[in-house]
Amino acid sequence: MVDISNTPGALAPSPAAAPKRVALKRVLGPAHVWGLGVGIVLVGEFMGWNFAVGKGGAIAALTACWLAGILYTCVAMIDSEVTSTVAAAGGQYAQAKHIIGPLAAFNVGLYLVMAYTMLEVSNAIVTGDLIQAFAANMGLEGEVDKRAYMVLTIVFLSWLNYRGVLATLTINYIITAIAFAAIIALFVAVNPLTPGTVVMHDQLLTGLPYGGLGILAAMHFGLWFYLGIEGTTQAAEEVRSPARSLPLGTLTGIMTLLIAATITWYIGAGLMPWEYLGQAITPLYDAARLTGSKPLEVFLFVGTLFATLASANGCINDASRAWFAMGRDRYMPVWFGGVHPTYRTPFRSIVFFVPIAILFAISTPLDQTITLSILSGLLGYTIMAIGVIIFRRKWPLDSIARGYIHPLHPLPAILLLTLCAITYVAVFLGYGTQLLAMMVFYIVASAWFVLHRYKYCRRGEQFTMPWPKPRGY
Amino acid sequence: MSKAPYEPPTQSVIGQIVDAVLMLALVLVTLYLPLLLGLAGGGTTTKTFDNPTWEALGQNAAMAGQWEKLGFAPAQAAEIIGKRFDYEFSWVALAITGVVIIGYFVGMLRWSDKEYRDVIAEHFDDRPGAGRSGGA
Repeated sequence: MVDISNTPGALAPSPAAAPKRVALKRVLGPAHVWGLGVGIVLVGEFMGWNFAVGKGGAIAALTACWLAGILYTCVAMIDSEVTSTVAAAGGQYAQAKHIIGPLAAFNVGLYLVMAYTMLEVSNAIVTGDLIQAFAANMGLEGEVDKRAYMVLTIVFLSWLNYRGVLATLTINYIITAIAFAAIIALFVAVNPLTPGTVVMHDQLLTGLPYGGLGILAAMHFGLWFYLGIEGTTQAAEEVRSPARSLPLGTLTGIMTLLIAATITWYIGAGLMPWEYLGQAITPLYDAARLTGSKPLEVFLFVGTLFATLASANGCINDASRAWFAMGRDRYMPVWFGGVHPTYRTPFRSIVFFVPIAILFAISTPLDQTITLSILSGLLGYTIMAIGVIIFRRKWPLDSIARGYIHPLHPLPAILLLTLCAITYVAVFLGYGTQLLAMMVFYIVASAWFVLHRYKYCRRGEQFTMPWPKPRGY
Repeated sequence: MSKAPYEPPTQSVIGQIVDAVLMLALVLVTLYLPLLLGLAGGGTTTKTFDNPTWEALGQNAAMAGQWEKLGFAPAQAAEIIGKRFDYEFSWVALAITGVVIIGYFVGMLRWSDKEYRDVIAEHFDDRPGAGRSGGA
């Protein structure tokens, strides 16, 4: 999220020679921050979370849901402190650059880009599947090619982002609210106060089909309930009052998601056998079908569609901003740091990822793209926990002003690291090859950065905060 | 003592294109190719059922009713029900994965710190008034 005033043309030789400095337009409030965070994540209630049921059964998925909630509460607490202090475009990327160092920042930038791009891909896959299923359930004649809708989703939302940030996020806010209303409507419709009338937990819950190991394994997709909430930090340079808006928007976002995640599990586990739920592409839409109410089915179709579109929209926004910030700092070719002369958006970074997203969307399974997204997010949370410990050491509380100070430090960081370690093992169970493939990607990219790319980067200019010298340096 | 600011070389247009293409290639080779070749994921076993019934599939009446509402007969549901994750694993493989992840973070943090010292040295040592307290 970058207000990008005019920059020199493509391939600017150096920031020092630039006639104008890129600056961001401060137009966003706490509601936009909430909308951005929840908008990206809310889709996790409509799809993907249920793969945790497949990995460990419904009870294991609920345990994973709450454990992941603790993990993300730590993320939100830590993130709010760091972001309200390092309010710069690029979010965690800019934070790593100021707190840990260039190679870490490069990796964090890649985590953000990969996590959001793969989340965008997952959204496009679900959109295509959903439209195809809805057309079949409504008895529409002819065959719907879901791949066409996957491509359309990616291209249309990229175009929307190309045109500008404020309109994009305002739309996000509205469709997020509608999607959330769909979950609430479904919850009310299943009569939660009279179990047994619609939901049948007593007959559908089967204990732990994989034993205790299933709880551990389920943690993998448990993250999907919340993944992306840290995306609020991408708006740092565009919010009117970062010290107030970012913590407020992020923490209310995580509270919203904790409630939504538990409601979602309650609905899904009470309506579907765990074997079906564990592999469903659109579980909440399926749940609506099982209530037998056509209006509710249509509402959940709309809700799922809106949630995927809101999420994909936010993902394109965040991935492109992280890539743009890396281009601006020369961690990537400076061409990506270019800004559209009329719309003031990082149009090249937006367009660059369109073909990659389309390729993955039309040819890879949903659980695999979700896993790629989760793994990049997980690496980011690990470095976030390490980063906040380093942050407090280099700049103790009395050394710089912070917009928000998270309590009980370093307990949240230690807890976050522990839960991250558990989740790596969870991913290893069933998806070990992909875990190693992802590590190979980041190790090779790091080698490329160290051996080649970093020579194009200025040194002292990477540090832009008006802070005193860090302790120990 | 002040350190002379590092002046990076200017990257050519061709160089930028090559770098962008390299990143694309890295994504495709390390992430997309394993998926395309079916090398990633797949830690599952499949149990087959001959002439399956809901009882044989371990489904009670409520479960069977929900499967049917979703449009599944026992034969179709058997494909889903019979597919399970295989959590048998090699401790050596787990240890290697752990070493790779820990090694990656240790290496990254150490190298980052080395680069960070240059950044801090150049940023603070070259400016008059460096080291004064700022504020966010």
